[in-house]
This record gives sequence, structure tokens and C-alpha cells, in this order.
Amino acid sequence: MGMTMTQKILAAHAGLDSVSAGQLIEADLDLVLGNDITSPVAVHEIEKMKVDGVFHKDKIALVMDHFVPNKDIKSAEHCKCVREFAGKNGITNYFAVGQMGIEHALLPEKGLVVAGDCIIGADSHTCTYGAVGAFSTGVGSTDMAAGMATGKAWFKVPSAIKVELVGKPNKFISGKDVILHLIGKIGVDGALYRSLEFTGDGVKELTMDDRLCICNMAIEAGAKNGIFPVDEITKKYLDEHTKREYKVYAADADAEYDETITIDLSTLKSTVAFPHLPENTKTIDEVGEIKIDQVVIGSCTNGRFEDLETAAKILKGKKVAKGIRCIIIPGTQQIYLDAMEAGFIRTFIEAGAVVSTPTCGPCLGGYMGILASKERCVSTTNRNFVGRMGAVDSEIYLASPAVAAASAITGYISDPAKV
Amino acid sequence: MEKAKGKVFKYGDNVDTDVIIPARYLNSSDPKELAAHCMEDIDKEFVGKVKTGDIMVATKNFGCGSSREHAPIAIKASGISCVIADTFARIFYRNAINIGLPIIECPEAANAISAGDEVEVDFDSGLITDVTTGKNFHGQAFPEFMQKIIDLGGLVNYINEK
Ligand code: SF4
Repeated sequence: MGMTMTQKILAAHAGLDSVSAGQLIEADLDLVLGNDITSPVAVHEIEKMKVDGVFHKDKIALVMDHFVPNKDIKSAEHCKCVREFAGKNGITNYFAVGQMGIEHALLPEKGLVVAGDCIIGADSHTCTYGAVGAFSTGVGSTDMAAGMATGKAWFKVPSAIKVELVGKPNKFISGKDVILHLIGKIGVDGALYRSLEFTGDGVKELTMDDRLCICNMAIEAGAKNGIFPVDEITKKYLDEHTKREYKVYAADADAEYDETITIDLSTLKSTVAFPHLPENTKTIDEVGEIKIDQVVIGSCTNGRFEDLETAAKILKGKKVAKGIRCIIIPGTQQIYLDAMEAGFIRTFIEAGAVVSTPTCGPCLGGYMGILASKERCVSTTNRNFVGRMGAVDSEIYLASPAVAAASAITGYISDPAKV
Repeated sequence: MEKAKGKVFKYGDNVDTDVIIPARYLNSSDPKELAAHCMEDIDKEFVGKVKTGDIMVATKNFGCGSSREHAPIAIKASGISCVIADTFARIFYRNAINIGLPIIECPEAANAISAGDEVEVDFDSGLITDVTTGKNFHGQAFPEFMQKIIDLGGLVNYINEK
């Protein structure tokens, strides 16, 4: 029986000729990731293990991004704990203020994740790297500790949903609209325990930034991982970003899927997820008049160069509406620099937005844009759960950078085609 | 594995890790401190009322959202002896096993059991008994190696045993 792309990568890393859905396996890891929230817990756990250091000093990435630059004493202590651990174990890929970016924007950019890899990260959005053709999934801190110690993790081999993309998206339609549309269709547990495998002619119409955004939110449909086939666009991206050798896996022609969902990209409209679940989607023409207080453009979902470019094109020569706070956060130092050279930062500041150093910040209600009671925010992030960005009765509307930028200008959730 | 027995706290679909333990408390990883804020955004009374041994019951997709292990840690440290749900989000499922918080999937039990009921869970057989109503349900027993992880109190001890 044929295997899906995910199953092939897992089989290869478990040293098996084939695997099938439901099978429990132990796989070798190419990279283990942690951040400033999850790594301290993992460091604590690894200290309890009877092991001698870490499995490989180059195959661990520690990215301090959530509350960094440290927002308070406790977060400073957490970073200190991780910094000391990294120092003691000679971990090469430790990223702190000055080098860091939001982990899932940073790792592909640094070429640390490549096609064919098997990756775990103590962060749920580790599924982002499926965009480059890797199997990658989020785990907790104890798994991270075990991964750092042994270079292995246990997995239950997932079955898959095939998502067939056809057609070509219209102007202002990006990866965010594709994934919000899909989550709206199948629900926040629609892909629970399973892989989302994207295929079809429409794939070539999506840029790497689109694909990274789509795989990023696979977890918002409950998926174990999201994955794209490796094509010319992926190869070009990898060649530009990494010296590591990569391996291209493709699903067998007779691979079994639980179901197939077809999405015609040409029919998609700008899509917004209403509070308090990413599945509460409406297309922009169904939104109605919703007054907002804040706009956030950033995060591991939409803090990449193209996202800022889209926002800059819309904000150029315009002003953020009176009373609206527009916060823009480039995902990494490199993206910040590229945006600066392209003139976007000037555009943003002249429009009345603020531009922050890379950080998760408001995405998880950490700092840098917390919402007060009853306030509403249009955000390019990935979760709109109760209290995620601040007060329990505040509201988050998830949308693309185009919708977010348009909304900043009008003060209402707006169609980018109409501003 | 030892049986769990206690009073039920009942929740609905898609209880996410942001409400189990809000990110504003994630600058701590101390179980006691986390337990002091467990569930507070959806159930202000939970922390005051929960007693050691009590059981949490929820419907679909329990523990969805972030990978924070702080979520099962907070639940375990608050005294909960078992979480029963229709389904669990996969990272939460892993984390719960890895830190030694017993969880069990059983849609029938998750939907039939009411808040405040006295419930008993036998992990070896997967049998769930609602002592208050007298109803029995058959949950999914864990694969052997997962039982072993929970039995040993989590993945760390399991690796040390190997
Ligand atoms: S930007 Fe948001 S979703 Fe992404 S890693 Fe940071 S907190 Fe998590």
C-alpha cells in the first residue's frame, strides 16, 4: 500500500521500509526547537534525566522570542536559564536579542529546516516547516527534553487529508485566506491527529511566504502537520537559504487519504475569523460594520517580507484612522532590514503606525499591544481565543495583512480592494 | 495503574490551553503557581473548589491551541486525577502522558456525565463508572508503553528506566 508524503518521511527516519496510519514508531530527529517559554521547562526536565549533555549541539535551536526583549524579571530569568544551558552544552543555534526573530520566521530563513527533515519543536506552530517539504510538528517541553537528550521522539503515524488546490488566486488573496477558508470549512478539529497534505496545480501559484503561512495554521485545524510538495519554488528558496543537503519525498500515487478537499483559489475572497475560534470565518462581504481599536501586523503567521510589502502598498501615502493603534512587527532582523531598505518602515511610520523589534509580543497577549476590556483588534496572527491578546472580553479578528492594513486606514474591518 | 475517583468539573468543546492557563502567567513554570490560575478565564470558581482526586470532563478537542506543557501541569498540580474527553488535541494528549497526567477518550462518558457527579476510572480496563447515576462507559485503554510512561510518572523516568 502506498504512503503519503508525511508517512514516507517518518518511515525513513524510523529506519523502516514502510509505515501505516496508527503505527507507533520512534523516529530520528534532524532538529529540536524550543523558545523562551517552553525551553526552561525542558531544561528542568533534561536535568532530571540520566544523560550526558545533548545529542547534537548543531541540531538544537533555542529561540528567545515570546517575551523578548525581556518584559519583566521572570522572563529575564527564563532567558538566563536557557542562555546558561546553551552555553554549557555548546549549542550553536541559540538566538537572543540582536540575532533572534520569531522562531518560525527565523528557522527557514536561516536554512535550519529543509525538505525531508523530521523536526519537533516545543511550540505548536512548529508545523510551519511543512512549507519546505519537511515533517515537523509541535510537542511539549518534556518531548523537547527527551529529543534534546536522545535525538529521538515517539510518534503515532498519522493518516491524511488531501487538500487539492486548483486555480489562481485574485489580487489581495494570500495564504492566510486559503488557510482561514479551509479551517472555516473543516473546523478547529477537522484534521485532528492527521496530516494536511497540499497538492494540485494551484500550489505553483503560492509563494513560499504563502505556504509558510498556510502550514503555520495547520494546527488551528487540529492537524499534526501540514506539508507541501517540493517544487521549483521550494528548491529555489532552499538554494538561497541553506547549504544543508535536502531530500525530496513525494506521496505515492496509491497513497491512501481519509478524504480529499478541493479548493479553487480563484474563487476565494478575503476571509476573516471572528472571535473566539479560527473556524468562525466570514468572507469580507459578509463582515458588516465592525469598529476596531487596534491592528496588529506580524507574528510567525504573517510577519514575513511579503506581508509587510502588502501592508506597505496599502498604507503608502495614507493615514491610520484617528484613535486606531496600528502595530507592525517584522518577523526577523533580516526582514526588518529588508523592509527598511525597501522603504516600508518609513511608509509605516509616516502613516502613523508603530514598528517593533521582532517579538511574539501581542500575539499571545505577552506585551507590546495588550487589549483592554471590550476592545477589538484585527490581527494577522493565528489565534483568536478568549483572552489571547488581553482582557477576557476583548475580541480578536484574524485576517490577512491586506485586510489588516485596509482596516487600519478606515477604523473598521475593511476590504483591501475598497480603500 | 491506580483507579481515579472524584467529583466532576464539566466543560464543553474546544477548551484551549489559553483558558487552561493564560499566557500572562507563563512567565512562571512553577506547578503550584500555575495551578493557582488554572481555568480562571472560563471558570473563576474552579481553583477555589477543586479537591485532590477530582475529575475533569469535557467534550470535543480538549486542550487545543498552544503546546504549553504548563496546561497539563496546571491541571495536574490543581489535584485533578484524570481528564475524560470526547477527543483531545494531539499536543495536549502527548504532553499529558509525558508529564504523567492520566487522560482518557470516551465520547459516551464525556457527553453523559454531569458536573458534580462522582466518577470512578479504571485505567487498566478503560472502564468509567458514574457512581451518581450508576452508568458504566468503556473508554479507550492506553497502549502498553503509554501506560508505562504514566505509571512511572512521565517520560523522564521512562527514559531513565530504559
Ligand atoms: S508569533 Fe504567536 S503563534 Fe507565533 S510563535 Fe509567537 S506566540 Fe506563537
